This record gives sequence, C-alpha cells and structure tokens, in this order.
Amino acid sequence: MAKIELTRSTFIKNALKSRYPQLKVFIVMLIGYIFAILAGLIGTPVGSHNFSIVFVWIAWWAILILVAVPFFGRGWCAVCPIPLPGEWLQRGAILNPPDKRPKWLNQRVPKMFRNIWMQNISFLLLALFSSVLLTTPNITGIVLAAMLFAAIGLSTVFERRAFCRYLCPVGGFIGLYSQTAPIELRIKYKQVCVKCEGKPCYNGSTNGYGCPWDVFPGGLTKNTYCGLCMECIRTCPHDNIAVNLRPFSADLAKPSTRMDEAFKAFIMLGSAMIYAGVLLGPWGMFKDAAYNVGSSAWFVYAIIFLAIIFVILPGFFTLGILNTKNVLPLKQRFASLSTALIPLGLMFWVAFSLSFVLTNASYILAALSDPLGLGWNLFGTANTAWRPMLTSILAPAQTLALVGGLIWSARTAQKAANEIRTSSISIIVFSFILTLVMLWLLL
Amino acid sequence: MQSRFLLLFLIMAGLVVAFAPLPAPAVAPQARTFRIDARQYAYSPSELKVNQGDTVTLQLVSTDVVHGLYVDGYDVSVEADPGQSATLTFTANKSGSFRFRCNVTCGAMHPFMIGKLTVGTNNWLYRSVGLAFLAVVSVNLSLKQKA
Ligand code: SF4
Ligand code: SF4
Ligand code: SF4
Ligand SMILES: [Cu+2]
Repeated sequence: MAKIELTRSTFIKNALKSRYPQLKVFIVMLIGYIFAILAGLIGTPVGSHNFSIVFVWIAWWAILILVAVPFFGRGWCAVCPIPLPGEWLQRGAILNPPDKRPKWLNQRVPKMFRNIWMQNISFLLLALFSSVLLTTPNITGIVLAAMLFAAIGLSTVFERRAFCRYLCPVGGFIGLYSQTAPIELRIKYKQVCVKCEGKPCYNGSTNGYGCPWDVFPGGLTKNTYCGLCMECIRTCPHDNIAVNLRPFSADLAKPSTRMDEAFKAFIMLGSAMIYAGVLLGPWGMFKDAAYNVGSSAWFVYAIIFLAIIFVILPGFFTLGILNTKNVLPLKQRFASLSTALIPLGLMFWVAFSLSFVLTNASYILAALSDPLGLGWNLFGTANTAWRPMLTSILAPAQTLALVGGLIWSARTAQKAANEIRTSSISIIVFSFILTLVMLWLLL
Repeated sequence: MQSRFLLLFLIMAGLVVAFAPLPAPAVAPQARTFRIDARQYAYSPSELKVNQGDTVTLQLVSTDVVHGLYVDGYDVSVEADPGQSATLTFTANKSGSFRFRCNVTCGAMHPFMIGKLTVGTNNWLYRSVGLAFLAVVSVNLSLKQKA
C-alpha cells in the first residue's frame, strides 16, 4: 500500500520546521504537568477529586492509549513536557543557540544500558505499585516530580535524551506500540543520505540539534526510537526528511530480534490482563493485596504478577514454538514471533481502558472546576455527579477491540512466521486463548 | 472471486453470531433478596446471579464508611451509611452481565470497588467467544487461499 507524504504540504512542513508552534504546546504541557505535581502534593487526598489523578490517569491516559498511540505512535513524545527542563538545561537554550558546544558532562550512555531493560524495570516497578499510584494524589505527584528530576539529572550527565531512550517507563511501551501506528518519520531517498557530508541530522548544525534520541534518521526502519521531535526536519540541508501516512503496523513486517523488546511485549500484555482482573474484576481479595503495598499479601501479588509476565506467558509461548522445525535458534524465533503480541497487547489495553475511562470520565468535568478539591467552582461544573458514560456500547466496543486485536495479531503472526519460515499456528492459538481470558475478564 | 465469496460468508456468519436472537429460557420470575456487605473496597457477596424477569432486592449493609451501589446498565443505585442498611429493588428485565460499583467516594480504591450481577445467561460473552473463533478460522482460511 502506498504512503502519503504529509510534509509535502507546505503548511504542515513549515509548522513542523518552525520551533514556535511546538514551543507553545510545550509550555502549555509543562504548566499542566507542574500543576499536576502541585495538585498531587497539596490538593485533596481524595483521588477522584484531585486534578493529578483525574487528569493524569483518566484524561491523559485515555487520550494516550485510545488515540495518541494507535494513531500517532510517538506523537505524545513530540509534545511531552517531562524531558524539557533537562533538555533546555543541557543545551543552555530553549530555542536554538548559535553556540552548540556541550555545557555539561555529555557522556555516552554505557553500552550495557543501551537497550530497554531499564525501561522494562521502571515500568514494572510502577506497575507493582499501580493500585496506590492510580488512587493516591501524593504518590502521583511524587512520581511525576521524580520523572522530571530524573530527566534533568540524566541530561546533565549524559548526552542527548538518555531518560527518554533508556529509562522512561512510559516511553518504553509507547515505542513498542508506535510500530503499529499509521504515521512515520523517514528519509525520502537513501542515496541523498549516503552522499550527505557531516550528517547534520545526527551531529547537529547551525539550524538545530543532532537527533536528541540518538537515532540516525537515515537508518530509520521502525518508529520505536524516533521521538518525532522534528529536529532532523530542521537540520537536514537536503530536505530529505518526510513525515508519512502509511498502513497500520507497517513496522511489524520486519520482526524484531531483540529480547528486551520481546519481553516488553510480554510485560505489556500480561499487565493489561492482570489489571483487567484485579482492578475491574469483582474479587476484593486481589484489590486488597494490590493496594496494601508491603503487606505479605502484596508480596504474593507481586510474585504472581512477575511470574505471569516472566514465566507463565513466555513459558506457554515457548512451548508452542518449541516443536516447530527451524534452522533458527529458539531465542531468535521467540523474539521474532513475539511481534504478534504487539497488536494484541495494544488492543488489550484499549479494551481495558475503555471500561476504566468511560466509567470515570465524569470526574474530569468536576476536577476541571475544582482541581485541588478545595471547593472551588471555576467553570460551574464542580458538582457534576459521577455517572458512567456509554454503558450500553461498552461491551460491544470491547469485543470489537479484542476480536479486532486477535485478527490483527493473527495476521502479524503469519507474516512473522513467514519471514522466518515457520508455522504461525501455535502463536495464533496462544493469542486466541489469551483473548478468551480477556473476554471473560472484561465482559 | 472465490475468496470474495468466502469473505462474504464469514462476515455473514459473524453477523449471525453477534446478533441472531436467542430464545429466552422460560423461567417463572421470582422475587430474590440478597444481603450485600460493603466494606472498603469490596462487596460480599460480589457475584450475583438471577434470572431474567426476577424482582431483585439488594439489601446493602455498610460495615465501615458510607458506601453506595450503582448497577451499570440499569442505572439504579442505593447508599448506606456506616453500620446501617438500605435496600434497592428493581426488575432484572435486561439479560447479560452488569458490573455494580460503589458510587460514593469511600477512599483510595473506591473507583475499583466492583461486583458483578449476571442476569440470565451472559450471552454477549458467548457471542464474543464465537466471534473470536470465527476470526481465527477466517484468518487461517485466508492464508490457505493464498498458499
Ligand atoms: S520517552 Fe517518556 S519522557 Fe520522553 S518524551 Fe516520551 S513519554 Fe516523555
Ligand atoms: S542530514 Fe538529511 S541527507 Fe544528510 S544524512 Fe541526515 S537525513 Fe540524510
Ligand atoms: S531528530 Fe528526527 S529521527 Fe531523531 S527523534 Fe527527532 S524526529 Fe526522530
Ligand atoms: Cu466507594
């Protein structure tokens, strides 16, 4: 299927090339982010009436997982406020200074950390505490602040956006799922890059900074690590960068061979299932265990959580592909075939989030008028009563998401299996069984 | 041509699985009463089953703070003060599975204080399973067609 180059429109191109539109969005986002931290720390301890909880975990989460990631890939990273203070400090500038000599330590990130294992770990840490994180404004405020300061700290020690590339718990799964999005940033002509002297897109020039995500745009084949920051559009002297509209999940045609990425798919898939059961299920015992961090029940919960993600799911998956005859080592087959779990996991998250978001969306209006829960009524909506929205279409929408995800996953499995000349059938059965579990948990 | 026919057939089959009317089992409606204890953050019992047409009375007893009970899909609710009980009666005329949840902010995990009411059989779940099965079959058939 053909791609459509969006940057051919001069309006879009100029809007992306100029730093000002992006800066305006950045400033709004940063103010919102800092306000969320403050609201979390000084506002009401009642989560459902605090801006930090309602805007981060209901409004932002809904936009992120239902719209931004499926349709714009790393689009959120293009406007995310978290790395900005660090980046501005690192550059010694908010826009574009004439002098680009490094101002801080500017170290390279050590080789052993140049993968997404740290992101896998940071996500799991938050996931294990998520019942508290999702419901306690204080903790949300602290975590948001910690991310901001971690990003600043890493910016002063390492070059480029080390936090985004290697530590951000959100960035890891956005990157994984961004491969399914119908949008991409790529070069137009390989030959132009081959002949290009100095590679300003990676090394920077007077027009802008070298890729903050430590990616060489000329070599991009998938969305995972390109943060859509648009620097390379500004720096490329040959007008060789394009933003394209493309078919969904184009990147999955070339399966990954990396274990950190394969396990990211398992982590996300498993977490969606566990949340669906623990948070949305009718079993009070699980909720108690998940919420009482530090209790012995919580330790059991944490062990089961990790066992599902690292032993049970990958275990059955491996059993399924064990007997397929193939010249490739098992590890490589495992990594390649796990590609099928990327669309499946994304749609599991969509189905889970639909329920959570539609049930609690009415808090958004109330929190807008009374963000700190202090009895304000800024827009006259503070007393909006809680009421689930669209309850009648929730179940059909979830079925659509889950069955659609299953079809998408099965097609991806066929392509990945084709690529390495093996059978896709066990992967499809695996996806089918997990989809049944998810249907049972949610419907 | 043949693959188009197959696609059409599968879509038809999907529509049948999703929407074909099922005969409602004829069970004489009953009056049923449940006592439900509510505490932070769970109901007990948390799973209820009734037949379609039953008159359901829920007696909600709060054992700690103020709790409520709101039934998704039926849009009815009740609230009980600490140590008190309150009752809610409604006719379970819609079949399927419905969450019921606390509608009075009662603490941190309040948004996840959830139970489940099943009226008759949860047909939508079985239909969804059927659709998932059909989906897998059609993806595999379409592969065979190409091969
Ligand atoms: S990786 Fe994380 S911190 Fe960086 S831009 Fe994306 S969401 Fe923001
Ligand atoms: S600056 Fe432009 S032409 Fe040169 S390598 Fe980068 S993308 Fe290619
Ligand atoms: S500079 Fe270009 S390749 Fe690098 S993250 Fe930004 S948009 Fe992506
Ligand atoms: Cu409550």
